[in-house]
Amino acid sequence: MKKIRIRVERVYEVPLWLRIVIPIIAILVALSIIAIIFLIQGINPIIAYAEIFHDAFLTTYGIKFNVVKLIPLLLCSLGLSVAFKANVWNIGAEGQLLMGAIAATWIALFKLKGYPSYIVIPAMYVLGFIFGALWALIPALLKAKFEVNEIITTLMMNYIAMKLVLFLIYGPWRGTTTWKYPITDEFPAEAQLPLIPGTLIHWPSLLIALILVPVIYLFLKRTKIGYEISVFGLNPNAARYAGINKTKVLVIVMLISGGLAGIAGVGEVAGIHHRLRYPSSISSGYGYTAIITTWLAKLNPLLLLPTTFFFGGLLVGGDVIKIDLRLPSSVVYLFNGLILTSLVSSDILLRYRIRLLVVGEEDDKCHS
Amino acid sequence: MKSSKYYLSPFSQTLSSLKKGDIVVLMKGITKRFPGVIANYKIDFDLRYGEIHALLGENGAGKTTLVSILYGIHQPDEGEIYVYGKRVHFRSPRDAIRMGIGMVHQHPRLIDTLTVAENIALSLKDAPFINPVPNVEELIKEYSEKYGLKVDPKAKVWQLSAGEKQRVAILRTLISGAKILILDEPTTSLSPPERNDLFEAMKALVEEGASIIFISHKLKEVLGISDRITVLRKGRKVGTVSAEESSPELLIKMMLGESKPMSIGLGLGKAKDQLHKVGHKVGKKILEVHNLYVLGDRGEVAVKGVSFEVREGEIFGIVGVPGNGQRELVEAIVGLRKALKGVIRISGVDITNKGPLAVINMGVAYIPEDRIKYGLVLDLTIAENLILKDYRRPPFSGRIMLNTSYISKWCLDLMRRYDIKTPDINTPVKYLSGGNLQRVILAREFSHNPKLIIAFRPTYGLDVAATEYVQKLLLQEKQRGAAILLISEDLDEIIELSDRIAVMFEGKFMDIVPAGRADAERLGLMMMGVRFHEEDKDTCGKSL
Ligand SMILES: Nc1ncnc2c1ncn2[C@@H]1O[C@H](COP(=O)(O)OP(=O)(O)O)[C@@H](O)[C@H]1O
Ligand SMILES: [Mg+2]
Repeated sequence: MKKIRIRVERVYEVPLWLRIVIPIIAILVALSIIAIIFLIQGINPIIAYAEIFHDAFLTTYGIKFNVVKLIPLLLCSLGLSVAFKANVWNIGAEGQLLMGAIAATWIALFKLKGYPSYIVIPAMYVLGFIFGALWALIPALLKAKFEVNEIITTLMMNYIAMKLVLFLIYGPWRGTTTWKYPITDEFPAEAQLPLIPGTLIHWPSLLIALILVPVIYLFLKRTKIGYEISVFGLNPNAARYAGINKTKVLVIVMLISGGLAGIAGVGEVAGIHHRLRYPSSISSGYGYTAIITTWLAKLNPLLLLPTTFFFGGLLVGGDVIKIDLRLPSSVVYLFNGLILTSLVSSDILLRYRIRLLVVGEEDDKCHS
Repeated sequence: MKSSKYYLSPFSQTLSSLKKGDIVVLMKGITKRFPGVIANYKIDFDLRYGEIHALLGENGAGKTTLVSILYGIHQPDEGEIYVYGKRVHFRSPRDAIRMGIGMVHQHPRLIDTLTVAENIALSLKDAPFINPVPNVEELIKEYSEKYGLKVDPKAKVWQLSAGEKQRVAILRTLISGAKILILDEPTTSLSPPERNDLFEAMKALVEEGASIIFISHKLKEVLGISDRITVLRKGRKVGTVSAEESSPELLIKMMLGESKPMSIGLGLGKAKDQLHKVGHKVGKKILEVHNLYVLGDRGEVAVKGVSFEVREGEIFGIVGVPGNGQRELVEAIVGLRKALKGVIRISGVDITNKGPLAVINMGVAYIPEDRIKYGLVLDLTIAENLILKDYRRPPFSGRIMLNTSYISKWCLDLMRRYDIKTPDINTPVKYLSGGNLQRVILAREFSHNPKLIIAFRPTYGLDVAATEYVQKLLLQEKQRGAAILLISEDLDEIIELSDRIAVMFEGKFMDIVPAGRADAERLGLMMMGVRFHEEDKDTCGKSL
């Protein structure tokens, strides 16, 4: 009797071309799964993808929006690349971003109301950085002192941040001129970020992000603390042996990571919404999407530019899906999730191989 | 045998018809290239039924690569492999395991957080699905008694010493039913008695119809245990000789090539002898350890009230069977482990429990036992590994930035001075051979004239030439005036290099003797816990 067996085995040598081709295949797989959903909805997926691609990457309208989405993605990803380099898995950029939004709102509507913009805007960025950083500091300290897994704590802190935003907009900060809607009042003009005319691109945030790309790159490659981060991330035992302070590394990477996400939050409320509102309106999952873009860029800040631009485009594509194709926007989340899942599993596929074996009778006996 | 329930070799029939001397493995014309190196070039190799066939060669000679190909980890670029006369194309170790081939790696791959039994259960696909562990514990007991490989099946792997891990790995292969066993430098982490146990086990195994490929670069071992010896040099096969017709001189010549002087090898080289004979002028106290107590990983008191001092220009040797508190003692001195009680002073400064950085800043060089785990970051380049302890200070860095131009100049200089070979200065160090890895560590630790050197098994796993090199460096450093604390289980090495010798047993010093009065046999007995204070009563710390 012949039997078919499935066997998973370790691959020890991975050729370079496979390491490039496999992630691309992974993205194609995710695209084809979504295609099935399009089909079920009676939409021709090829036309739909062509439309999304065209709108997001080939029209000026699309590219403008694309850049709007790139800003928070790039800021969050820059921070994550620092944390991931230390092998610290911060998946709390979403919450850290919301804390930045809260900081900006507090400055704009309460603390510095009526001050000129050259005071208010820098203050918003600074406090946004601080709020995001402090939010990330809690998991960092828990990990440093009690070895609490940062994946869990940073994720949990996201929910706390979301609830905090909800509490503020339903409670003390609910607008007086908003017909009791759960949103704050609009930021005064001095607290609204300047835009590139004809777009929603709040250029001060874009500028910060673009300057930070080489800065973070050099920080990781050329500074003492960047070196400590690499050593700690690659071999924590060797880091201890070399006298590298674990708490210091954890705290620094999380402060940078959280702080940059906080700046992204400032940009969203002060540049686009001009008020604090529902968490899901402030951020369409930028903090989570940034995990994917960082990962795809192999933690290299320079490669973040193409990956965040690509995913910015996909988010714009999400708007196309919503508006032109009349599908729920949750399809976009589905798509993001699928991409991440297929990328992660493709990484495992790179290291393992699945084999189908036809096992003959003789073999069978020996293994039963 | 109970085990047969789970593990019936697919080749029981083939095996029963085999006679001593039949060829079980035949490798023909094996060539394997890695980026920048030819690890194996047209190598022919055969293993006969019931023999122990040694593979001998310097580090980087290609031994591991050759057996990795047989075990399916790598695929050969050229060449053919036959097992039991059948041509095979192994795509992974699982194919090899199915053919009854088992390999024990140089660095055993075990899961630290699981117990010994759980680790072994994991590798047995035919273990009962439900509650496999008690069954496996039984099996482990049975096998470890049978072959004298003692381990506690319930211990967690992270608590084990390197030697114990090695034993677990060997047991795992045996229990999986391997009949062709590959042991990649299995003795490097074993103490002399443990090694003898292993050799007994190997003999018992071949009696029972196993065939063994035994990799080593220790001549004495190879000559003592093997039937045939194949020597590799720089990826090529030099030849195969039977143990009877070979001698240490012949093997050294084969390993190193004709050009090397014969002084390299079993004894110390001439240069080293001269270094050693220079009368040592001991100076100031550099390291003082007073009544030190340290806890081990399992919470037991591993170091129990040890006191000693090391002075400028002397080598203080601590010898003992691994697992008698040496690791805990060293880690406490270099600040990686908290001392429970006692005082450690370096140049008069109390550094007890001040952490590793305080010790580094005192100008202490530390050669760790486990190079891969502590001494190196395998994914970083040579330069990045060379600055591991210096990156903080000028001229390696300013307040914020690393001084990359200075670093690469300095790195090239050290590579020349310490003869570190690499295809490319930016290759991650994980592609260097074992001897070169140790050179990277030595270069880093010795480059700025440390006043105290702590060398923990510095020649562990190194080949003849590299061992020679390390020992010579230590003697040079001593002559320069460094205080050296040398910890090793290799009695010959300790006697050869040290000025004073302490024997450590169960967390205490049995005795401290000057090298002049050291007697290998007596020290060996003390390592086993035999006391000599009450001369005639023959009181044993442990029964012999
Ligand atoms: N996976 C690998 N990738 C690249 N080079 C390797 C790899 N494994 C071994 N080498 C190189 O091949 C040579 C032979 O190594 P190895 O077989 O480990 O020698 P040995 O076991 O005799 O010390 C060395 O130069 C080593 O650096
Ligand atoms: Mg090897």
